[in-house]
Formats: sequence, C-alpha cells, structure tokens
Amino acid sequence: MMSTGTVPAADPTADTGVLLSANGLRKTYGTTPALDGADFAIRPGEIVAVMGPSGSGKSTLLHCLAGIVPPDEGQVRYAGRELSALSDAERSALRRSDFGFVFQFGQLVPELTCLENAALPLRLAGTRRKEAEAQAARWLERLEVDDVRHHRPGQVSGGQGQRVAVARALAGMPRVVFADEPTGALDSHNGERVMQLLTEAARETQAAVVLVTHESRVAAYSDREIVVRDGRARDMSAMAGAV
Amino acid sequence: MTAQRSGGARLRTAARDLAMGGRFALSGRQGWVRTLLTAVGVGLGVAMLLLAASVPHIAQVRQERTHARDLNPSGDYGQGEKPGDRTLLAADAKTTYHGKEIYGYALQPEGKHPLVPPGIDALPAPGRMYVSPALKKLLRSDEGGELARRLDSRIVGTIGDEGLEGPQELAFYMGAEKLSPPGTGTARVTRIGDTEEGGPIPPVVVLLGVVACVVLLMPVAVFIGAAARFGGDRRDRRLAALRLVGADAAMARRVAAGESLVGAVLGLFFGAAVFALGRHLLGGVSLFGLSVFPSAVVPGLALGALIVLGVPVTAVAVSVFALRGVAIEPLGVVREAEPGRRRLWWRLLPPLAGALLLLPLSGEVENTPQGDVHEVQVVGGVLLLLSGVGLLLPWVVERLVARLNGGGVSGQLAVRRLQLNSGAATRAVSGITIAVAGAIALQMLFQGVAKETTVSTGDRADAQRIGVRYVPVGQSLTGSERLTAALRKTDGVRRATGYLESYQQLVGKDKYVAVGVGSCDTLREIAAVGSCRDGQSFRVEAPRGKGEVPPPPAGTKVRPDTEDDSQDSKPGHVWKVPASARTVTALPDIWGEDSFEGLLLTPGAMPKGVTDDAVYVGRVQLAAGNADALEHVRTTVFREDPAASVITFTGSERNGYFVMMQRVILAAAVGVMVLIGASLVISMLEQLRERKRQLAVLVAFGTRRTTLGASVLWQSAVPVVLGLVLASGFGMLLGWALLRLIDQPVADWLVFLPMAGVGAGLIAVVTLLSLPVLWRLMRPDGLRSE
Amino acid sequence: MSISHALLGLLETGPRHGYDLKRTFDAKFGQDRPLHYGQVYSTMSRLLKNGLVEVEGIEPGEGPERKRYAITDAGITDVQQWLATPEKPEPYLQSTLYTKLVLALLTGRDGAALLDVQRAEHLRLMRELTRRKTEGDLADQLICDHALFHLEADLRWLETAAARLDKLAQEVRA
Repeated sequence: MMSTGTVPAADPTADTGVLLSANGLRKTYGTTPALDGADFAIRPGEIVAVMGPSGSGKSTLLHCLAGIVPPDEGQVRYAGRELSALSDAERSALRRSDFGFVFQFGQLVPELTCLENAALPLRLAGTRRKEAEAQAARWLERLEVDDVRHHRPGQVSGGQGQRVAVARALAGMPRVVFADEPTGALDSHNGERVMQLLTEAARETQAAVVLVTHESRVAAYSDREIVVRDGRARDMSAMAGAV
Repeated sequence: MTAQRSGGARLRTAARDLAMGGRFALSGRQGWVRTLLTAVGVGLGVAMLLLAASVPHIAQVRQERTHARDLNPSGDYGQGEKPGDRTLLAADAKTTYHGKEIYGYALQPEGKHPLVPPGIDALPAPGRMYVSPALKKLLRSDEGGELARRLDSRIVGTIGDEGLEGPQELAFYMGAEKLSPPGTGTARVTRIGDTEEGGPIPPVVVLLGVVACVVLLMPVAVFIGAAARFGGDRRDRRLAALRLVGADAAMARRVAAGESLVGAVLGLFFGAAVFALGRHLLGGVSLFGLSVFPSAVVPGLALGALIVLGVPVTAVAVSVFALRGVAIEPLGVVREAEPGRRRLWWRLLPPLAGALLLLPLSGEVENTPQGDVHEVQVVGGVLLLLSGVGLLLPWVVERLVARLNGGGVSGQLAVRRLQLNSGAATRAVSGITIAVAGAIALQMLFQGVAKETTVSTGDRADAQRIGVRYVPVGQSLTGSERLTAALRKTDGVRRATGYLESYQQLVGKDKYVAVGVGSCDTLREIAAVGSCRDGQSFRVEAPRGKGEVPPPPAGTKVRPDTEDDSQDSKPGHVWKVPASARTVTALPDIWGEDSFEGLLLTPGAMPKGVTDDAVYVGRVQLAAGNADALEHVRTTVFREDPAASVITFTGSERNGYFVMMQRVILAAAVGVMVLIGASLVISMLEQLRERKRQLAVLVAFGTRRTTLGASVLWQSAVPVVLGLVLASGFGMLLGWALLRLIDQPVADWLVFLPMAGVGAGLIAVVTLLSLPVLWRLMRPDGLRSE
Repeated sequence: MSISHALLGLLETGPRHGYDLKRTFDAKFGQDRPLHYGQVYSTMSRLLKNGLVEVEGIEPGEGPERKRYAITDAGITDVQQWLATPEKPEPYLQSTLYTKLVLALLTGRDGAALLDVQRAEHLRLMRELTRRKTEGDLADQLICDHALFHLEADLRWLETAAARLDKLAQEVRA
C-alpha cells in the first residue's frame, strides 16, 4: 500500500511510468466552456481525486479522460495512445477492455439481476456468460453484496446498489476505474464503506482510480488531488509549497 | 339539503381537480411535450375517424358523378333510337396503360346541337380531344410516351371536375367521325346521365362494408387509447408528488383525467386541422387508382358529433383505467411490482363469445337482395373475436418470454426487460396485431366474395397471349385484315392472326355453326385449306378425336342466329352450305390450344348478311421479354378502333364493383397501419428517452451501438412476432367464420402472409426510424445529472 | 480537554499505576498528543490533594510510577458531574485562516493560492487520518472521523470563501 509520503510528483512532460495524461484539454458545450485547460498525468495504480464545486467541469474532465466525449482541444494519452486519434469504435473497445466505471446513480440496468449487472462489462468484452457471472460473483462477494446477487437493482438499498456498481467496475480487471461521485447518493457511513472497498480493491488489482467528488472526506481516500475550478484543472501536488 | 350541498361541493371539488390537471397538462416543458404527444396522437386518430365518417358522402358524390356522365344510361346502347339533332355516337374507348385504367369515349355528333358530357364545353372535333388534368400530365411525361402515341389527338381542353370521378382520374373525350352504328361498344346517346337510383345494396356488400368498418376503426380506437397514455410514466411521478403534498388517491385520478382531457381536446382540434389540411392534400393523391375531390370529403353530421364527443370521453376513460394496478403513493409510483401472473380464462371469454355470435349465422347472408345481414350480431361478433388478439397477446408474451434466457448481451437485455414488464411492449403492438388480424379476415372474406362474383374465363393465364375482339366499322373485311397486318408489324408481337367470325343457326334446328370469313392467306392460318381462290368455301373439321360439333354437310340451310325474339319479324337471310365446300382439317391456333371447327368462307363466297353480327377474332402471341409489347398492341388496336377490346388472359374476370371496394379497403388498411406505425414510433421514442441515462452509462462502458440496436430490435421483435402469429390465427379464424356466413369455403389459407408481412415490415420501419434517436440518446449527454 | 477528568474516569474502571494510566490514555485518546509522565504525576498529586483519588498501595522499588491509584467516592461524583455538563460549542470566530485570508487580500497577495495551499495541507492530514481510520479499531475510527468532519468543515468553508473571493476582496479593500 502506498503511503502519502511516496506520492509521485506528477510531471506531465515525462512519459515514462505515466498511464493516463491530459494535455491542454478544452471542451465547450454550446457557448459555456465546460473545461478550459487541463494538464496532468496519472500513473498506474494511482488514486487521484478530481475535486471542485458543482458545475466546475469535473465530470466533463472525466468524460474526456475516459474517451466518452472527445475534447475540443488538447490530447488525452492512455498507455502511449492518443485517444482522439482513435475511432469511436476503438475508444468503445478500449473502454470495454481497460476502463471501469462507477457513477452516482441510475447506472444499473433495472431489468437485470445484480449478478447480471456486475457481469455485464465482462460479457460486453466477449467473456462467455457462465464464466463472466462466476467472476462477477467473486467480486460481489468481495464487496459484501453476495446475498443480493439474484435481486434486481430496484430491490436493494442504495449502498448495496453502489457496491454492485463497484463490483461491476472492477470485475473486468480494468487498468483505470473512473468513478463519478460514487458516494453522492449515499449517507456518509455507507459512502465511506464503498470508498474503502473501492480503494482497497483498486490497490490490490493495481488499477488507477480517477475519483470525481466534491466531498473532501471522499477525496481523502485518494493519493493526491486535482482541483477543477471554473473549468481549469490544476494538479495540487505540483502547487504544494508555492506560497 | 345537506346531501345536496355535499353533492354540489363534490362536483366543485371534481371540477377543481380536473382544472388542476388541465393546468399540469400545459405547464412546464415536460407537461407540454406529453400533452403535445397525446394531442398529436389523438389528432391523427381523429383525422382518421373524420375521414371514415366522410366515406358515405365521398361515395355518394362519386356515384352522383359517375351517374351524371353515363353515356349509356339505358344499357342498350341506344340501338332502338333514331339519330337526331341532339344525338351523338359514343364509342367506349376505355383503355389500360401499364395497369392504370383510363376512362374515355370517342364521340361523334349526329346533329347540329349534340348533347355534351359534363366537364367539357363542346364535343371535340375529329382529331381533337379533351383530357383530364392527370391524363394531360401523364401524356406529357416521359413515361406517357407510348400512351401519347395511342391517344394521338390534339388536346384542345381539359375536362372539368364535374366530369371526373376524382382529381387524379385519367380520362379523355376524343372526337371521331366514322364510328359504327350503335351496338356493342358504341352507343347512340339520346340523354346523358342516369337519373335512376341504384337498387338496394346487396347483403354481401353490406356485410363487407360493416366488417371493413369494424376492422379498420378498431385499431384506430386502440391507437387513440395508446395516444392517451403517452408520457404516462412521467405523469404518474408528478401525481405522486401531488400525493406528497396531501392529495388523496381519488383526487390524483381526477387530476390525471383532467390532464388527458386537455390532451384529447387539443387532439380534437389538431385532428380537425389535420383533416381540413389533409382534405386538400387528398386531391393530389391517388391510391390504387382511386382519388377523391376535397370538396367531397365531408363527414356526416351524426358521425362527426359522435367523434367530437366520443374521443375525449374515451381518452379520459383510458387514462383513468390505465391507473388501475398502479398505486400512486406519496413517495412514488408503485406498480404492482410482481404483478400476479396473467390469467388465461377470462381472456378467452370475449373471443369465445364472438365466435358463438358468428357461428349460428352460417349461411344466413345470401348473395340475394333479400338477405338479412344481422349487422348488430356480426359487428358484435367481429369486435369480440378481434379483441381476443389484444387480450391474449399479453398472456402469450408473458408465458413465452418467461422461458427465454436470452443469448448474447442484446438478447439478455431485451428478454429481461420483457420479463419484468412486457405490458408496455405488448401494448405498443396490440394495435397493429388487431389491424393485421382484421385485415386478414377481411381479405379472406373478399376472396370468398370475389369467388362468388368472379367469372372464370376458363383460360389458362398467360401473359404472352393477347386476344382482340371488336366489331369493325360496317363489319368490313378490310378493317379486319388491316388490323391483323398492323398487329403483325407491332413491336413485340411474334405472331398474330385474325378473322371475322359469326355464328349461324342451322335452320329449323337448335344447332349452330361457326362461320369464319377472311382472305385466303388468313384462312390458311386456320386450316389446311391447300389451294385457295376467292369464292371458295371450306368445311373445317377438327383434328381427329378433338371435334365436338362437326360442320354441317353441304346443302344444309343456315341463317344468322336470331336469338333475339324481336328479330323474328325479319328473319335473317337463309343460305346453304355450298356444295363446292371442300372438307379440310383445322390447324391448331397460334397459341397451340384450340382449333377452328365449322365453315370458312372467302369474301367471294360470303352470302349477304353473314357478317351482320360478326366480330373480329384476333389472336396475338407476344415475343418473350418485351415488357412494353402489351402496351404496343393496345396502341395498335386502339388506333384501328378505340372501342376494340384487348383481352389479356389472367384466367378470370372480376366483378368491377368488388374490385373497387377491395381497393378502397386496401387503401384504408394501409392508412391504418401507417397510423399505428406512427404511434409505435412515438412510444418507442418515449421508452428510449426514459432510459436516456442508462443508455449513456452503457455507452460509457463501451457497449457497441449494434448491441443496443439489436436489443431494441429484439425487444420489439419478440412481441411483434408473437403478435403476428396470434393475429394470423385469429384473422383466419374470423375470416373462416365470416366466410361461413356467406357459405363459402376458404379459398386460400396462405392469405395471412401478405398482411403479416406488412405488419412485420412496419415494425422494421419503426425500429429503423427509432435508431437515429437511439444513436442520439447514446451520446454521453445522458451522463450529466439532471 | 480536561486531562484530570479523563484520568479520573479511567480510574473508575479500576485502580492503576501511573504508567498504566498513561498508556491507556494514549491508546484511547492520545493519538495526537501523548501524555508526558510528568503530566500524569502532577495531575495525580493534584487529585490526591483534592481527595478525589487515593493511593491504594506502593509496589517495591523507586519512583512515583510505583504508586497504585484508586478513585474515591468524591472522585466518582466529580466524574459524574463532568460528564453531565455539556461542552460549550466552539464558535471558531477567531479563525487564523480567515485572518490570513483577509491579510493576503489587503496586501494584494493571491488569496486563491493561499486557499489552494491550505486545502492541499488539509487534505494531506485528512488522508493520513483516513488511513489511520481504515487500519484502526472502532475507537480509532470514531476519533479520526471526529477530526475528519472538522477538517471537512474547514475545507467547505475554504470552498465557500474561494467562491466569493472577488466580493471579499472588494469589501476588504473598500
């Protein structure tokens, strides 16, 4: 487990050991700039919090990093590949194989059981149903929601649902987990438990985590933070000691 | 006193709740969207109903016009009339061009002040013609080139609306100068227009009309019901919010009723507007050869009033009824989470009752003017039987889907979705299944009726064979020989033969003999006459073993057939079979089928009067592979004589009345299906929009578009396929029951295929139409929290 | 926090040596500031003087830690009174952070930078507390949470202040 003392100083210019990096990202929805400059790098296994007030552009940053939306300007590089140079299909394939996602709410398919939901990314990536569900079941156990595997999302509590979502995000053994306010709909106790399980599992599987949150207690589970304000993202570990 | 006051108070409360619902319907973007969807849906249904309500008037106007331009109102071609100052000769010059029927007459005045058919100012001079606007357009278009060659008179004017059945009708009146005297094909016109009322409508037609109405309007009613439920989920959530601030369940129901009332009333106005607008557009549309004047499209007063009152009431009833099984609680909408399994027994009752209503009527509806149709019983039976499709479909879908497991991700998503809530998906397609079932039954009934009214020509269907029949002017041989020669030179014709033929009676006997007249060249094609000179005659025997009526021996007295009693006063000229007549053997005709049997005469051997009732018998064999050959032949024949008939061998001939009706109903069935397709698109889009966020999440995961598209397709395909199977079954059951009414066997059990195909095609189109929206909803915008 | 009351409370669970007292205190409450032996010794003599504790026995050997202390009835009453008296909520009106912020703005320095640095520092501490919390037992968790909630409150205030820096700058300079 990493200690705070050994947080690697992020250097966007150095490519060695960098898994995911952003360079001069800009994105505008209509006339409102949602993202107005972002430069930073994330190393494998690192847990990075993206913080900032609501509407500051955190989610847009996450969407750009995950290749869900293409930025208007700038580049996102993942494992040496430039995301905007990939086709939509290639980016989709990348998200299936290398990324996992946890959102704040409404992410589980209501008709599928919790187990089927958790197995979904594996199945999308081509794993056979039996095998995918077996793997997903292990993750449900790991996240302490084994007992609701045959329930539908509508029949479980918010905390359980969110754990299912985390299990789903991790089941495919992604290299990066993107979590957008994963505890936003939970009370603080449940939220912290979900964060604890998420970070433990991520560290175990050496997955990097991009954690979008406005709660500092959730961000405290990260190794370092990036602050987004008015669309500008700043790497705070680079800022430390500036004054 | 107290009761009264509380009654009044209750009324006021209800009115207040309804008004609140009305305000909800119009407030906020979502409210507007929902109301607009309902209004559009209801409006389309209303427009359809108004159109249906206009049918009686349309038919009446059409019939009036058809009657008003009748050039042969007496039906006897004016053969007994004398030429006069006002009379004219009219040769029936109706022709067909690439399957389009063209109404037309060649007109020749007999006096100074001839009658003029409606729609034109004066009779066209020879070589001139009046045409309908649609025909003018066709003649000037590229595809009308061959027709322009056929109708080569100069256009001097257009036929006005009052002379046409519909704005898109193809019609012409051309001037002529050498028409034959009245007889087959040509009439002496002494008055224009039939003032007589048509006889009572035959019961079979009434039956067809009644069944058609039920079958076409039932899906429209289902559609209006579906439209009233557009956006229901959102509405329910809003009602839940209302319950939170203290409304009781009854109040929520009244608010819901108020909301749909606004949608329905707006829909009524919208429908009226669509109808008014569509009326005008209708003038430019021609479906299956039918077009209608906008001015004729006027709904009947009673039917119109029924629509204006019935639609809002239905819409409100449906939306209140839809709340059954949905408990709107203050903290949200509770659908019966695990609704009890659907039960079968009560779903079987209505169709069974329908069958019980229909079956006792077996053979009751005779094709006679006196038959009783038992309309109420028939309508009830058809309604109940058809409702069985809608009632059984949810049960069937539920039972079958429960067993499915879904193969790939797309299949799994679709199957699980259907297992959890098959109701919505089933509801969306139930309208179309009812429409398909109805259309199948109607089609079967038509086939049965058509069989009763179709005259089999006893011929083998053959697109390569064309027969030509006409009466040459003055029964002249020259005309006959000229046409044969022209046919031989026509593009696409391989072989052509033709001669004049008449039937003569053996004097004093009830026996007849066919007499063919033609030049030696012509006769050589009919029989092995060998050497031939003008003045010779031949007794033609059929090839061995094929003869039926051997030709009479020489010396037999023969005279023109006097079937008609009126001619008894001046019996035809009697002649004898010449002693010189050589007996020869007939050759097979150019179609290789029949051969001539009787007497063949060269012009020189022709006794007086023998050709008085002769007709030209032409046989044409087309060269294979020339698609336009038939049109070329028609042109050649038309130019020889517009009144000549060109006969194609389709094996049967239909009663025109039913052909027409079948077209109307086909057109209407297509309209209903398109309408329901529209509602399917709307509900599909609505469903997709409800799942916007989920779709965006799935896309974030890297789900392929094709996976989601396939899932949507599966989800609608499963209920649709089951629905079509059920619809086919019920349609054929109903069709069989209806055929029993007129005592006809089922003509073709495969009749369900085309209709089921149309239904399936419609679903494919709906899915296709919803895909762009699916793609759009798959954009990550959905991830942004609301 | 009243150390004397905390030690008195610990003694209520049973007589202890001074060294034992210190260890128990550190384990339960002293995550941030362990007690010095001297502190325990001086506190115990004050409590002895006031009759709230008594020496139950002295082990053989040298030094104050050899004394075994036990709570008296007066001592139990005192603990009872202390627990029953509510703590006064701290209004935190005298905030160093606020002072720094106003001064930075008054002197034309970058207020946002100050806030960012402070946030980074807060988060650093919060991370440490979070880690201690996930590794520790329930007592550790509760104590760390207490601190974390306070730090979170600080950070929230920082965010709020950051969002209104411009207006604050205007007012301060006016």
